Amino acid sequence: MAIIKGIELIKNGKRLDGRKPMELREMEMKVGVVPNANGSAMVRFGKTTAIAAVYGPRLALPKHLQSANKAIVQCRYNMAPFSVDERVRPGSSRREVEISKVVRLALEPVLFLENYPKTTIDIYIEIIEADGSTRVTSINAASLALADAGVPMKDLVVAVSGGKINGKLIIDLNGIEDNNSEADIPMAFIPGKKEITLLQMDGELKHEEIKEIMNNIFKAGEEIYKMQVKVLKDKYRVIV
Amino acid sequence: MIRSNYILKLLEKDERLDGRKLDEYRPIVVEKKIIGKAEGSARVKLGKTDVIVGIKTEIETPFPDTPNEGVLKTNAEFAPIAHEEFLPGPPGEDATELARVVDRGIRESKCIELEKLCITEGEKVWGIYVDIHVINHDGNLIDASALGAMAALLNTKIPKYEDNKIIRNEFQMDLPVVHKPVTVTVGKVIDKFLLDADQEEEQVLDAWLSIATREDGVVCAMQKGGKSGLKQKDVDDMIVLAMKKSKELRKKL
Repeated sequence: MAIIKGIELIKNGKRLDGRKPMELREMEMKVGVVPNANGSAMVRFGKTTAIAAVYGPRLALPKHLQSANKAIVQCRYNMAPFSVDERVRPGSSRREVEISKVVRLALEPVLFLENYPKTTIDIYIEIIEADGSTRVTSINAASLALADAGVPMKDLVVAVSGGKINGKLIIDLNGIEDNNSEADIPMAFIPGKKEITLLQMDGELKHEEIKEIMNNIFKAGEEIYKMQVKVLKDKYRVIV
Repeated sequence: MIRSNYILKLLEKDERLDGRKLDEYRPIVVEKKIIGKAEGSARVKLGKTDVIVGIKTEIETPFPDTPNEGVLKTNAEFAPIAHEEFLPGPPGEDATELARVVDRGIRESKCIELEKLCITEGEKVWGIYVDIHVINHDGNLIDASALGAMAALLNTKIPKYEDNKIIRNEFQMDLPVVHKPVTVTVGKVIDKFLLDADQEEEQVLDAWLSIATREDGVVCAMQKGGKSGLKQKDVDDMIVLAMKKSKELRKKL
């Protein structure tokens, strides 16, 4: 998705894909999409699709990875080569290495790692199609996958991006908005405690605008949280 | 472990091992133009933390969507000389994060006029390579590296380019730099905020937030790290603190 000089991303209060500034894209969530994994989930925001699978807690090997008093979390965010316009070369790019780290840190605070010494909880995320906001979509998927795996959690983690295009504050940036935005804030939080576990920003914003975008994210996150809870409950309703 | 508990105990009383105030940096030493072979360079010391940043310029092909703009690339190397846990090999997670956080602070502030680095539109532009070399790691590598990168960019000169050749020791202009972004990392432990955490203090931080700000008060990049979450109020307070402190750091440039 390219940088286009002078592009008008918002016209008459509508974004290029027809959304209002504070409107999320169409969302889809499923759990149990990878039968082999202990837990898994697919989350789609518009065209951005992430599949997350959780393996573990299982013995951490090789042994030097083990921590004597808690579980470790290993996370890999990976973009499928066909997920964007120009093919992504397989193997971790610097961007993917960084995102893997911040996604892991976004999820760790809700886990009871001290309950599983010497083990690893492995979170693998594949971006099948990318159209902006992939890291937050990954967090929503991984959070569901952890719950689906039955890993005890203090709460789910909810994530969404907010930003500014053509001087207007918006929520849930798609690819073209992401690349041409004045600013972009991906954020994840624990809904119950309103605790922020991922916060990044790039662009140009005044402090007041940052506050406003964060408020917008908290608000939009409620909608995502409701859907996460629903898909989890629905799965177990079928079993009962 | 005992040491960590001691650090926490001191922090409860707003005290630190080396006697600093919570919002006080270690002595900041910025040396400029220290590498003759580099087009720009700086060395930053924050107490025992020691980082060298060198700028090299090369001819590059521009990105297709910005055909008339120079290219900025930032890389960080945790040289194995710098810490017992740094090993030879390709950059790990932390070095990659460091490079990308420093890169975003520079890039998003629009401090370099990249369109002035175009040689032939769509074909040839100047590539500005910011290489961060950690010489000794005693915490707060992000602030030290960001400061070093900015100091180095401010003394960078663009070589002459004639007959498709770079003439390395003759220069045509200074790198066009129009802003001075500065990054301040605010650590949070219990309910305290502290600045310029050294390596031992970093071990006890619950969370941190790196905030890059420009001289006009615009925030241009943020990155949260650490094992715990932050409240929105924390983020607000951290931004205010970072903005205040950035003025002091900017004077060193």
